[in-house]
Parts: sequence; C-alpha cells; structure tokens
Amino acid sequence: MPRVGVFICQCGTNIAKTVDTAKVAAEAGKLPFVAHSDTYVYMCSSAGQQKIEDAIREHKLDSIVVSACTPQMHQKTFEGCADRAGLNRYMSTLANIREQCSYVHKDGELATQKALELTAMAVAKAARDEPLFQSEAPINRKALIVGGGVAGIQAALDIAEAGYEVVVVEKSPSIGGRMSQFDKTFPTLDCSACILTPKMVEAYQNPNIRLLTYSEVAEIGGFVGNFNVKIRKRARSVDEVKCTGCGTCWEKCPQKKIPSEYDEQLGPRTAIYVPFPQAVPLVPVIDREHCTKFLKDRCGLCQKVCPADAVDYTQEDEIIEDTFGAVVVATGFDVWDHTDYGEYGAGKIPDVVSGIQFERMLNLSGPTHGKVLRPSDGKEAKTVVFVQCAGSRDDQHGYSYCSKVCCMYTAKHAILLREKCPDAEAYVFYIDIRATGKGYEEFIRDAQRKYGAQYIRGRVSRMFQHGDKVRVFGVDTLGGGQVKIDADLVVLATAIEPRDDAKALSQLLGIGCDNNGFFNEAHPKLAPVDTMSAGIYIAGAAQFARDIPDTVAMASATAAKVVGLFSKEKLLSEPSVATCDLNLCSGCMACHVTCPYDAIEMTEYNDRAARLTRMVASVNENLCHGCGACSGTCRSGAMTLRAFTDNQIEAQIEALCEFVPAK
Amino acid sequence: MAEQQSVEAPAEAPAPASEWRPTLLAYLCNWCSYAGANLAGASRMPYDASIRVIRVPCSGRVDPLMIYKAFERGADGVLVGGCHLGDCHYAEGNYACQGRMALVKAMLAAAGIDEKRFRLEWISASEGSIFQAVVNEMSEQLRELGPFGLE
Repeated sequence: MPRVGVFICQCGTNIAKTVDTAKVAAEAGKLPFVAHSDTYVYMCSSAGQQKIEDAIREHKLDSIVVSACTPQMHQKTFEGCADRAGLNRYMSTLANIREQCSYVHKDGELATQKALELTAMAVAKAARDEPLFQSEAPINRKALIVGGGVAGIQAALDIAEAGYEVVVVEKSPSIGGRMSQFDKTFPTLDCSACILTPKMVEAYQNPNIRLLTYSEVAEIGGFVGNFNVKIRKRARSVDEVKCTGCGTCWEKCPQKKIPSEYDEQLGPRTAIYVPFPQAVPLVPVIDREHCTKFLKDRCGLCQKVCPADAVDYTQEDEIIEDTFGAVVVATGFDVWDHTDYGEYGAGKIPDVVSGIQFERMLNLSGPTHGKVLRPSDGKEAKTVVFVQCAGSRDDQHGYSYCSKVCCMYTAKHAILLREKCPDAEAYVFYIDIRATGKGYEEFIRDAQRKYGAQYIRGRVSRMFQHGDKVRVFGVDTLGGGQVKIDADLVVLATAIEPRDDAKALSQLLGIGCDNNGFFNEAHPKLAPVDTMSAGIYIAGAAQFARDIPDTVAMASATAAKVVGLFSKEKLLSEPSVATCDLNLCSGCMACHVTCPYDAIEMTEYNDRAARLTRMVASVNENLCHGCGACSGTCRSGAMTLRAFTDNQIEAQIEALCEFVPAK
Repeated sequence: MAEQQSVEAPAEAPAPASEWRPTLLAYLCNWCSYAGANLAGASRMPYDASIRVIRVPCSGRVDPLMIYKAFERGADGVLVGGCHLGDCHYAEGNYACQGRMALVKAMLAAAGIDEKRFRLEWISASEGSIFQAVVNEMSEQLRELGPFGLE
C-alpha cells in the first residue's frame, strides 16, 4: 500500500488565519494511505522543504501531498523536494487551500472543512500516482526552410550563422520571393533589389546553406527533432553544375511570348528562362508546357547553342529524402485576384492593374522599363487613380481583414509616379490611412504634401471603359459629393491573401490554417512564430499580411527558436502524456480525430497470443502535449492520460463524496 | 454566461453549521478556468464554500463518465470550466468538450436530473469575477433544489 505524506502549509497567516491547519493535519493523518502528516508556517521555505525531504526519508513515503497555494506557483518547488529525497519528482501533488480556499472563504469552520476535503482528494490522487518519465529523442541538427523569399533567406542566414546546416526549398526557379519583384521599399525608398540581392548571394555562397529551387516538399513525417522529409526537385532540364548562366539559351529561344509570372503577366518571357536577371541560382529552367521541344519534339535550339552542354531534355523529377530537426515555413502570400470584382471591371479593363503589376511597371528592368505605360496602348499614363482596400475590409468581395501594407505601398506608388512623371496626377481613394510603423505617417504626409498626391476619403463605386479612358466613380465623404475621374490607368491595391496551396501545405505539415487560410500561430500574442506542431515555425506573410521589417523580424525569431532547439543535447517529452491500453482499445480511432497534435496513429497489434492481428491506437509521446482530449473521448476507456487517469479522478470524486452526509 | 458581479457582491452564505451545504464538484482546465479561480482568490473575491475543484489539463479531458460518477457518488452539482472557444491552450480541446457536454446534458435530462445541476462555462484566466458569479449562482440554485436524489 502506498505511503502518502501530507504537509499542510500555513503560509504565514494567509492560510492559517481562516483554516485551522493543525486540525486539518490531524484529521488528514486519519485518512487512508496517509503515513505522516504535519503542518508548518512556510512549507516553501528552505526549512519547510527540508522538513518534507526528511519526512520522505524517515517515513519511507511513496508520494507527497502539500496543501498550500496553487500548483501554478509551487508545483515545481515541491517536485524538487521529492526529487532530492529520492522519489520520482512527479510523485507530488498540491492541494490548493489558499487561492481556492482561505482567500475566498471567511467562515473558519467551512474553510477548514473544505481544506480537509481538498487534502483528502489530493491524497486519493497521490496514492494512485505512478512515476513519470520523460522520453528522450535525439535531435537532427539540420533545418528545413520552406520558401526562399526574404523571410526564408533571413532565417536560413541566421541559422547557418549559428553553425547549423540549412536546406531551403523554393518552388520557383529562383530565390528572392515577392521582395525581388518590388521596385522600391517604403518608407525609405531603398531599391528593393539593392538590399535583397546581396542577401540572396550570401545565402547561395554560405557553405551551411543548400538551396533547392524549383522544388517542393512532397511528404513530411516524424516529429520535432526528427522530421523525415521528401523533397521533389522538379526537372529543370538544365544541369545546374555545368550551366554558367551565360544567357545564350534564353536569348536564342524562339518562344518569346509566354506571359512572365515574375512580371505579373505584363511582359513576356521565353520557354527556357531565368525569372529575372539577378536570379539565384543563375540557372535557367525549361518550361515544358510551352517549350516546342517538349510539345512537338522540334527546335532543340537551346541545346545546340549551349556552350557548356548543360541543357538536358531527359532530366526527370528527383526525390530527395532527408531528416531535419526543425522546419520554418515562410511561403509568403498571393495577391487577390480582382476579376471577382464586377464593379472594378472584373479584370476585363486592360488599364486596371493590380498593385504588384504597377510595381513591375515602375521597375527599370520591368516590362515597361520603369515607364508608367498603359497596358492597352502603351501610351504614358498621365492620370492615375489608386484604389485602396480592393478586396480588403470588404465583406462582399475578398476579405474582411485589413491587408496592412496597402496604405503604405500606395503612397509609395504615388510618390514614384510623381517622381517619374512630375506632370502626372495621382488620386488615391482610401477608407482610412493606416500608417503605424516607424516613419510611416511621415511618408504618407510626404506623398500628400511634397508629392501632391490627392487623397480622397471614400470608396470607388464602379469603373468602366469610357473611350480610351477608364471612368472612375467614387464618393468623397469628407468634401461631400460624387467624384468622377477619367483615368489613364487605375491601380488596385489588391488584398494580400494566402498562397493558393497554403491549405494543402498546412495539411502536409500538420499545422492549421485560420478562417482566411493563413497559417495558425500557436498563440496570437505569446507564440506568434510557433505552430501547434512542435519544431515547426512560421515567418512572414504566410502567417498574415506583413511588411518587410516585420517579416525579417519574424524570420530571425524563427531562427532563434530553431537555434534554441538545436542547442539542446536531446529532446525531452512532456511527462504527463497519453497512453493506450491495447487490450481495451477497439481501434475506433475517435482519439485520432480528437487529437489536436496528430500524435495518435493506428498500428497493428498481435492479440490473443498472436492469433489475432487487429488495429489499435498508439500514442507518439514526442508529439503528445498531454491535453487528455483522447482519454475524454475514448469509448472503451483504453486511452489514459498519465497523472490524470480515470482511476485518479474517480478516486478524487470518491474521496470528496465520503464527506457528503447520507441522504 | 453569468452576469459580472462586483467584488463586494454577496459573500458566502452565512451558514449555521447545521444548515445543509451542497457539494458542487468542478472540473476546471489548468490554463483558463483554474487560473480564473486563482485570480478570484488572489483578488479576495469571496464566494460560496460549497465548491470543490478537480484540476484537469484541459476541458477536453472531461469524460462524460466523470460527471455521471460524481452524481452517482452523491455530488449535488457539477461545473465544467474551460477556455473560451478559440482560446484553448491545446487549440481545440474545448470544442471536443462542448460536443461531449451537449451529450451529457441530454443524458442528464433523460435521467430526470434537473438541468441546473450541471453547467459548462468558458471562464478565462482574467475572469475571476465571472468565476465568483458562476459559483455563487450555481450554489444558490443547488440550495433551492436541495440534495441530489431527493427531488
């Protein structure tokens, strides 16, 4: 029979003022299993702790109950007593007779009785305590970064800097992401490429970083410290080692009219191409859906002209398998497709473009070589209307959230427009201006005062083709009245939205998405870069609309998390985890459905001396967080949460009900 | 959800020792409701002394049997407290709890047990006053109903 020791704390007078601690100690001494009981003025003091340790040794106690304050305060303290006295540290239970008794009940008699009952319940639990152990797992000190935009690059550089290996998986042919598409950055008007490309090259040259471009995560299994990942490296049709990036192939390629993804469909690219001149790696890919060689088995010009003999039409997709200790997901964002917006022309008016398209137009290496030209006729645009919140803060079209960056980039667009063509007019329709970063408000004012952008507070109700102009109807809610502008070009500040494959990736990784499809952080305030899956972190606009400083800060935060994880010698699991009694488990897998961590899987079990093989639930202790949802769900009572077993909870109920007077 | 009450609001019933006191058993999740109860304590918000708390990691841990068992053994009322929906420390445990407790309510009704004897509440770690109000209200209701099993 287990021997339980009971220690009633007086907490100075905090408890003793209302609870008769001597009486509780005396009464507790009569309870089943109790081999020793005592009271002391401060159990948490070193003298108090020594008392407990001495009593454990002297009375050969198997577990202890300390009736004191909340376990959230001193659970660890008294676990330490058990540990030092040679018990398993988890053979210790606190009964909360301060916050939930002496502090809230003034009647001494009632409070004393309640303290005794709470102590009795704790004794009933403690008598059924079993030693808990944390399982250990090794850590594979190599990080996987999904997404090679500025977030992925920053995280990779930081982790590599700390001395760990990193693999960056990027879907497109080059790293750089969205930031590489931008012309200038707010609020400083730094050239985006000037601050990004050095980082891209640094990542390329860092011996700890391996870049896998034109690649995707195909499969992921395992758990923190030990993720088993399959990466699909798509056939590039160009040998990355042989290629020198000389450019002969894409100059000669006869397919010259494929809409460029990088230029947001405004400009053309070839079938063998690099997305942009500063691409890293500077190795082209063949777009097999447009290449004549692959479509009709003709041409083959690129292979003929390649001086390095690098073009290889027979290349196939390659699956790379590797094990990683941690994963950073930095897959970025898409922009909302405004063809849903009938009032704004449903994408059918050629001179209505999205913000990111305008960004490409402003860029010197872009489709219009930095000139603001109308897509319809190539004439210079003199009157440009900017419409903010296109698809943001809009329950009818798009999303109800604010996309956070549009106020700022629209101001930037207006400034750049006026810089490039000082005689152009810039009109900005806005609902509110949200300029909350360092230097942001000043930047908006510059756009208005220094650059003369005309801000009109109100929404645009509709726009349509009117001759060669786009007629824009809106309302000016400050000045009053309707506004009509015949514009050469309309730029929609289209909403930031999750990547279209974010949902699929979230299911692959076992991290959730919010209602809008952005990846879920573990806690909105206290764990903004963690996910519910230990060892998987999120950075940048994959979590929500972010500007560049926030994105970089988040990326460095994930790197700190990864490096912190890698600096541990080994991984210790939660001590109080779920466990399944295979004899009772019916294999219904209701637990698997309930588990928020995907910690329960179905395995084979050889029952009845191996005469019957059946499927049962099995808990991965490294993934289990100890919430107990599975044991609450289990229909056959097979699933148990250690330290909160059915047996222990029932014992507490029974101990309490011993005190209920007979009816 | 109970109305929020002020700190000075009704203290525990001035119960003479002889008066019957209900036994209210509460399962509180570690992260929100248990912490809310602690806040009520740390803020010295007095409430009825009939409540006895069993701490569970998450309201999702609460098995319907734990509620039936409590009534079977003689508890007069059962309270289950969890984090507000969307705030669960384990993301979804309280949703699992919500579904199960709907079943419990139906079962208790089928067994003829007054619905006031069982309650599910979302109480956050900052809602000490709501915890106080819920305990007081439920204890009062249990007093009106009398000992369980005699109705």
